[in-house]
Amino acid sequence: MRYAMAIDTKKCVGCSDCVVACQTENNVPIGYCRDWVVEVMDGTYPQLEIELRSERCNHCENSPCVRCCPTGASHYADGGIVLVTKNECIGCSACIASCPYDARYVHPDGYVDKCTFCLHRVKKGMQPACVAVCPTKCMYFGDLDDPRSDVSKILKKRKHKTLIPEAGTKPQLYFLI
Amino acid sequence: MKSRRQFIKISSLSAAGLIFGGGLLDSLASTILKENQSYFKGPFDFTRTPTYCEVCFWKCAGWVYKDENGKIKKIIGNDDDPNCNGRFCPRGTGGVGMHYDEDRLKTPLIRTEERGKQTFREASWDEALEYIASKVKKIKEEHGPECTALFSHGSGGKYFGRVLKGFGSRNIAAPSYAQCRGPREVAFIATYGSGINSPENTDIRDTKCLVLIGAHIGENMHNGQVQEMSDAIDKGATIITVDPRFSTAASKSKFWLPIKPATDIALLLSWMHVIINEELYDKKYVEKYTYGFDQLKAHVKNFTPEWAYGITTIKPDQIRETARAMAHAAPAVIVHPGRHVTWYGDDTQRLRAVAILNALLGSWGRRGGFYNPDKASVPHYHLPPYPKPEKTWRDAMGGKYALADLALASGVCDASIPTPELDCSIRGWIVNGTNLINTLPDQKKTIDAIQKLDLLAVIDTMPMEITGYADVVLPECVYLERYDSLRISQGREPSIALRMPAVDPLYNSKPAYWMARELAKKLDLLEYFPFETIEEEIDWELKQVGSSLKEMQKIGVKRLEREVDDLYFADGEDIEFNTNTGKIELYSTALEEEGFDPMPVYTQHPEPSEGFYRLIYGRAPMHTFSRTANNPNLTDLMSENSVWVNPKVAKEWDLQNDQYIYLENQDGVVSDFPIKVRVTERIRWDSVYMVHGFGHADKRLKRCFGKGVSDTQMITNVMIDPIMGGTGMRGNFVTFRFDNKKTEV
Repeated sequence: MRYAMAIDTKKCVGCSDCVVACQTENNVPIGYCRDWVVEVMDGTYPQLEIELRSERCNHCENSPCVRCCPTGASHYADGGIVLVTKNECIGCSACIASCPYDARYVHPDGYVDKCTFCLHRVKKGMQPACVAVCPTKCMYFGDLDDPRSDVSKILKKRKHKTLIPEAGTKPQLYFLI
Repeated sequence: MKSRRQFIKISSLSAAGLIFGGGLLDSLASTILKENQSYFKGPFDFTRTPTYCEVCFWKCAGWVYKDENGKIKKIIGNDDDPNCNGRFCPRGTGGVGMHYDEDRLKTPLIRTEERGKQTFREASWDEALEYIASKVKKIKEEHGPECTALFSHGSGGKYFGRVLKGFGSRNIAAPSYAQCRGPREVAFIATYGSGINSPENTDIRDTKCLVLIGAHIGENMHNGQVQEMSDAIDKGATIITVDPRFSTAASKSKFWLPIKPATDIALLLSWMHVIINEELYDKKYVEKYTYGFDQLKAHVKNFTPEWAYGITTIKPDQIRETARAMAHAAPAVIVHPGRHVTWYGDDTQRLRAVAILNALLGSWGRRGGFYNPDKASVPHYHLPPYPKPEKTWRDAMGGKYALADLALASGVCDASIPTPELDCSIRGWIVNGTNLINTLPDQKKTIDAIQKLDLLAVIDTMPMEITGYADVVLPECVYLERYDSLRISQGREPSIALRMPAVDPLYNSKPAYWMARELAKKLDLLEYFPFETIEEEIDWELKQVGSSLKEMQKIGVKRLEREVDDLYFADGEDIEFNTNTGKIELYSTALEEEGFDPMPVYTQHPEPSEGFYRLIYGRAPMHTFSRTANNPNLTDLMSENSVWVNPKVAKEWDLQNDQYIYLENQDGVVSDFPIKVRVTERIRWDSVYMVHGFGHADKRLKRCFGKGVSDTQMITNVMIDPIMGGTGMRGNFVTFRFDNKKTEV
C-alpha cells in the first residue's frame, strides 16, 4: 500500500478551502496550517501564466524528517504516511530544518505538527478533509499500489510533476500540469 | 453643520458584559487536542444538525458537527444539495468563525446622550423594541406609514419585511439589486421576458464554450458555478475571459482578452457584427424565436473588429477568432451575464448586448447554454392582505427607473434626503444584515441621509460601521444558532433546505423572527405572525409538500420533482416569451417605449487623467463583502486587501512590493488607512485592483480594523443607469499618496 495525492493545477482556483477544512477537521489552531496554497506567476502582460497548487507534507518515501528525528517520533505509518507521535516529540525542530517543503510547524503545545493525509478518515474509508471539500475537485487521493484508485488512474492519464525532485526524497504529492 | 448623529464605537461598552473572552477558541482547541491523544481516534461520532449557509447568497446546505462537549467543530456540505454537492466553499467551511467571533454584538443597545456626548447604553429587548415601535408609530402619524423603510440582505429581512408591509410600507430594498445584479435582470427581462435570478441558470456543467466578461468565477466563490466551471475544464470546454486583469479564470482560459476598461459594449457589438456578417448565428433559432433581427443587422453593420480594436485594444483577429469559437460551440455556449454588473451606468445596455449575443448563438434554453430553472412551490400560510401604501420610493423618483423590477436601495436612500422635488421623504430605516456604509457608493451621501432620519434601527451579528450610526442596535444570533425560513432555490431540480440551530445563541442575541414578531406585537400586527415560532410555520409549510420538520431535521435537503417544462427547449418547440412581441427581443420594444435605445450603443466613458488609475474591485474566494472581514477563520486566510499595481506603474512611482501607501481619488478623498502594494503583471497599466470589503473603521472589529482600504470609500463618482437606477461604480480613479494628511480646501 502506498498512499499518494495528486493535485490538478489546471483546476485549482486557489480558494484555500483545503486550508480551512484541514484546520477545522484537525483542530489546527488559528494562525497555523498543515496545508497551504501557492501561486506561481510567469510572464509579462499580457503573456501570462499562473500555476496554483495546494501544498502539504509530501509524505516522502525517503523522508529526511524521519531519518533525522532523534526520538523516533517522526515515523512511517500505514501506506507510507509520515506521522509524528506527539508525546514522543521533544520539539527540537530538527525535522523542520530537514524538510525541503517546509511542511512542518511547531504547535503551540510544543510538539511538531503536520499533514497526516487525514489517516483517521482514510481508515474509515473516507477521503482526506481537503480532498472531500475541494469545490473544484482538483485533488485525488488513494493507493498507488491499487491501479483502480483515483490517484493511480489520474496519474496514468495526465502529465505530472513533483516538487524539488532533486532533493531525492521521493515525494508522494503529485501535481498535474 | 454639527451632525446630529455621531458615529459611536460600540467597543467602550459591551466589553464589561463579556461572557466569553478571546481565549475561548484557544482553550477549546487545546481541550480537544488534549483529549484526542491519538491521530487514529478522532472525535468522529458527532451529532449533526442541518443548516444552509448564511455567509453568502448561494445558501449551500450542509451539516454542522459538534464535538463531545457540544461545541461546534466543523461544517460540511450536504451531499444531496444541488447548490453545493456536498462541498462547501472556504467561507462556508469557515462559517464556524461567525459563531466564535468574540467581537459579536452581544446585547441590545440604545443611543443616549451623556454629558453632551453621544454613547450607547445596554438595553433590555423589550425596551429596545419599544423604542423602535414608538418611533415608527410617530413617523406614521407625522408623515405616513410608508416613511419607514427596510434595507435587507440575508434571511432576517423577510420577517421585518412582513412587519413593514403590514404596517403600510413597501419601501423594502436590498443592495443586491441596484448595487449589484439589477441591470442584468432588467436586460434579460427586456430580451427574454425572464431574468437570470439566483443561482444563475447557466448550464456551465455541459457547456463547450464559456465567455466571462469581467466575471471572475473562482475568485467569486459562487459555489455551484465554480464546481461546474471545473467540470467544464475537465471536459475540455473553451473559456474566453474578457478582463483588464489576469484573473484566476483568465489563467484557466484558452483566450484572455485584456480589454481596456469601460469598452465592453464595443467588443460585444463587434462580436455580433462578426457572427452576423459571417453568418455564424443560429438561423433557425433566430428566425423562429427572435424579433428585430434585421434592425440588429443594420445596427451592427459598421461595428467591425477593426472599429472595436481602436476602442478596446483587442486585436481584430482575436475578436474574429473568439467569435468563431463561440459560434463553433453553439448552442452549448454561455456568454455569462455576470453578477455584480453595476459598473459604468450603461450596464443594462451592456447586459442587453450579452443577452442579444446569446440569442444569436441560440444558447437560451439549450443544453450547455441557459437551462429553464424550476423552483419548488411551497405554499405559505395565508396571511391577511397587506394594506396598500399610498406612496412608495418610486414616487420620489419623478417617474424615472420604471423598468426596475425591484426597489433600489440607493433610491430609498435618495428618498430619505428631503428636497423640494421629493414627495416621499423617508424618515425611518430598519437595516437588517447589510453594512450600508460599505455597501452603497458615495459614503457621504449615505451618512447625510442617515443624519436626516428620525430612526435608524440596525439588526446585525457584528458591530459593522452602520451600527455606529444607529439609534437602536439589535444583536441577531448567527445562522448556526437559529431556525430560518426554508431555503427554496431555483435550479435544474427544485430543492428545499432547512436551517436549524446547532447550538443555543451566544450572549443576549436573538433570532430575527423572534425580534420581528415581538415588534409586530407592539404595533398590533400579530395577525401577520400567526405562528409563535418560525419552526411551527416551517412545519406547516413542509406538511403542504408532503414533508415535515421532523423529516427535514434528519435529511436537511429535499429535492422535489420538476413541475414545469423541460430543462431545455425541444427541437422546434413553440415558445411564447414574456415580452411585448412574445419573441426574444433583439430590438427591445419595452426600452423603446420608455425612450431608451432599443439596441445597445457604445458610448465613450471618461478615462483617468495623468497619474491616476481606474479603480477596479472584485472578490476574494475566502471573503464575502465586508461581512467576513473579522471572521477569525477567514481572516487567518486573508487579513487585508492589497492594491495591485502594474510593474511599469510601480517603477514610475518607485513603489515596492509590500510597501504601504494611501490612495486618493479624483474628488480628493484620501483613504482612511494605508494599503499594501502588490506589484504584479496581472493588472493593466491604466488600472489598479483591490478586493472589496476591507478597510473597516470600527475599532470593535478587532481583527480587521484599519486593515487595508475600503474601495467604497474611494467610490464617490456614481454613474446612475438611466434605465433602472443601478449605481455604476467603476468610474473612479485613484492616485498614490505616501501620507494621509488632509489637504486644506
